[in-house]
Amino acid sequence: MKSLRRIATAVAVAGLVAAGATASSAVGSTKTVTISVASLIPGSTQAATDQFNEQVAEFEKANPTINVKSVEYQWTGPTFAAKLAAGTLPTVFEVPFTDARSLGDNGQLADLTSYAKELPYFKKYNPAVLAEGTDAKGQIVALPKGAYAQALHYNRQLFTEAGLDPNKPPTTWAQVRADAKQIAQKTGKPGYVEMAKDDNTAGWILTTVVYSLGGRMETGTGTSAKATLDNPKTIQALNLLKAMRWTDNSMGSNFDYGWSDINQAFAAGTVGMYISGSDVYTNLVQASNINPSIYGLAPIPLANSKTAGVLGGGTLVGVRPDASAAAKAAAVKWIDFFYEEPLVSKSQAIRNAQTLVANKQPVGVPALPLFNKAQYDLANTWIKPFINVPLGQMKPFLTGIFKQTLIPEPEAATQSVYHSLDAVVEAVLTNKNTNVVQMLQQANSAAQTAIQQGT
Amino acid sequence: MTSSRGLSHVREVPRRTPLTWVRSGGLTTVLFLLPLLFAFGAFSWYPIVRTVIMSVQHTNLVQPATWVGFQNFRNVWHDPLFPIAVKNTAYFAGLALVFGYPVPLVAAVLMSEVRKRRGIYSALAYLPVVIPPVVAVLLWKTFYDASSTGAFNTILGWVHLGPYPWLQSQQWAMPSLVLESTWANAGGTVIIYLAALTGVQTELYEAAAVDGANLWQKIWHVTLPQLRGVLLVTMILQIIGTAQVFLEPYLFTSGGPANATLTVLLLIYNYAFGNSLGGDYGNATALSLMLAVFLALFSLLYLRATRSWSTR
Repeated sequence: MKSLRRIATAVAVAGLVAAGATASSAVGSTKTVTISVASLIPGSTQAATDQFNEQVAEFEKANPTINVKSVEYQWTGPTFAAKLAAGTLPTVFEVPFTDARSLGDNGQLADLTSYAKELPYFKKYNPAVLAEGTDAKGQIVALPKGAYAQALHYNRQLFTEAGLDPNKPPTTWAQVRADAKQIAQKTGKPGYVEMAKDDNTAGWILTTVVYSLGGRMETGTGTSAKATLDNPKTIQALNLLKAMRWTDNSMGSNFDYGWSDINQAFAAGTVGMYISGSDVYTNLVQASNINPSIYGLAPIPLANSKTAGVLGGGTLVGVRPDASAAAKAAAVKWIDFFYEEPLVSKSQAIRNAQTLVANKQPVGVPALPLFNKAQYDLANTWIKPFINVPLGQMKPFLTGIFKQTLIPEPEAATQSVYHSLDAVVEAVLTNKNTNVVQMLQQANSAAQTAIQQGT
Repeated sequence: MTSSRGLSHVREVPRRTPLTWVRSGGLTTVLFLLPLLFAFGAFSWYPIVRTVIMSVQHTNLVQPATWVGFQNFRNVWHDPLFPIAVKNTAYFAGLALVFGYPVPLVAAVLMSEVRKRRGIYSALAYLPVVIPPVVAVLLWKTFYDASSTGAFNTILGWVHLGPYPWLQSQQWAMPSLVLESTWANAGGTVIIYLAALTGVQTELYEAAAVDGANLWQKIWHVTLPQLRGVLLVTMILQIIGTAQVFLEPYLFTSGGPANATLTVLLLIYNYAFGNSLGGDYGNATALSLMLAVFLALFSLLYLRATRSWSTR
């Protein structure tokens, strides 16, 4: 009995100590707020991590009551859905343009309207970009991090080895096909590769090509939108892919590239050309250690059609819906400091560029304006002395992109539309006898169901 | 005499009261049982109950759940990917049964015949089991590299075969997964068979030898009949395991190319986590229940059908 009493006493004392500790931390939390923020993608270099940590230290010095905990983060559909359901996302995290509005409508992002409107540059935001982070009630649920246009990334070294002029990347799809074939024949490396994984990336790239030919994946908006995946331009795009894969044999032997894999393959110098966002150079440096001399960037070739355009997208920054008012205020301060100020404040832009350069991180990666074009050009003049990316090798893109029509991603059930197309792309690349029309009809039916269900 | 002693013994047993139950250690037993009950309740039984409840709800675990009756089951039944997933799973299970099931048995029988260094062979057979599955898959991905410089294609190239597309082909992908899966899982079954083989009476082999039986006849007429109980258990375990195959298609191919390796469990995963806006956990749990009920019924039928054979 005595021993039982001792145990009971010990448990009671331990409980009181624990309660006291909780209480003291609760008292402390009224003074200091801790937020977790998305930092770099897993696998980033030590230099990139150091640079990020320096920025965190700088922010904490300027905001002594805010404690920032950085969390490695990479948006992928499956992991995001799981973290969302489990409530394990960091306080501040990034989402693609395609998802923010729906997440806001579903109550899965915090309302940042009042905090955002206090930002001194709020009225300068490009309304189209801000609309991507505004839900159906007009609440601002996410602020823009960056916008990109899809672009053609090419390996200048392989172009040279294949006898092609690296300063003259292809400007039509016929040239892409011919150059890819020449690279494959002369170097033995795949001339052109595409993301073709069952993680929505295959559908994303196919949609890019279809846009460039003048097609669209849907008409209308919301749950009443009509899926048009089986339009003639999609068939044309898939037939082009089929020809490069099976007739020209210019796409190599790997047909399950995802976003990260294809970047790694390109940085390793084993790929002639591929399509991805114009801002992917940052990842090529941070995660794949690319040799800058091989890099070339060109706009997506557009067909001679009034409806042809380049697919544009971007990333927004949101906050967990269960964040306290203090955490939301701290989160917007971080978003302001880390994402927005380098684009609107000369001193912050220069300081940010200096830190990046000191840590051998890319400065001057091509992106699209989050504010107006004048602000974009002005911000670029501030950081001009620090630009360390091979701008000369990106000239084809930089001179061409602002002449192209930018088209947003399919508005209704975007990820489901892409997912429906994944299997079609995979089938074309892995089965010579794929019935493209039949598969597109099935994909269209699946996409239409997803649109009607609002998923 | 015996019966009267027995009766007096019964009469001598004191009546059990709550107090005697506590004094005889009943409370201690319950106290020791509680953590176990809690662990099982929280991590095994509660998820099962939640699964049943969620299968009749529409929920993404963020918004409030709504009652939808059997709609989730209807959604799954009418999903065009459902028959594909069932067919692929059956194909995987069938291939694994035809090619993967005999491999450990043959290996175990051969190893039991070896006189020297049997331990080394056992360790070598079991080695793939101790390699973390993700590492094993990454390793085999390099083997399956579809280019002519891939490991398997290089070896086959020496005898002027290939290159083969392996995981990059709708026809080759599933057999490739079965090959790796057999390599990865055979070791465990080999150990079970080796243990069972030690229980086979040596007199039977001696009698067979006296009757002039060769090695094959000894295996057919002595070893296999003696192992039939174990063989039946490993077969049902393999069928249940392969019906729930997830790791290989998820890590190797994500269900591709063009859904050629989409299995039932991968479809459940896709329902739950395939949409970044929040999964459809209702459909996922409905399909999970359908699979569980099917496997339970299948196991019941299997055990009934093989009862007489296994106990003969």
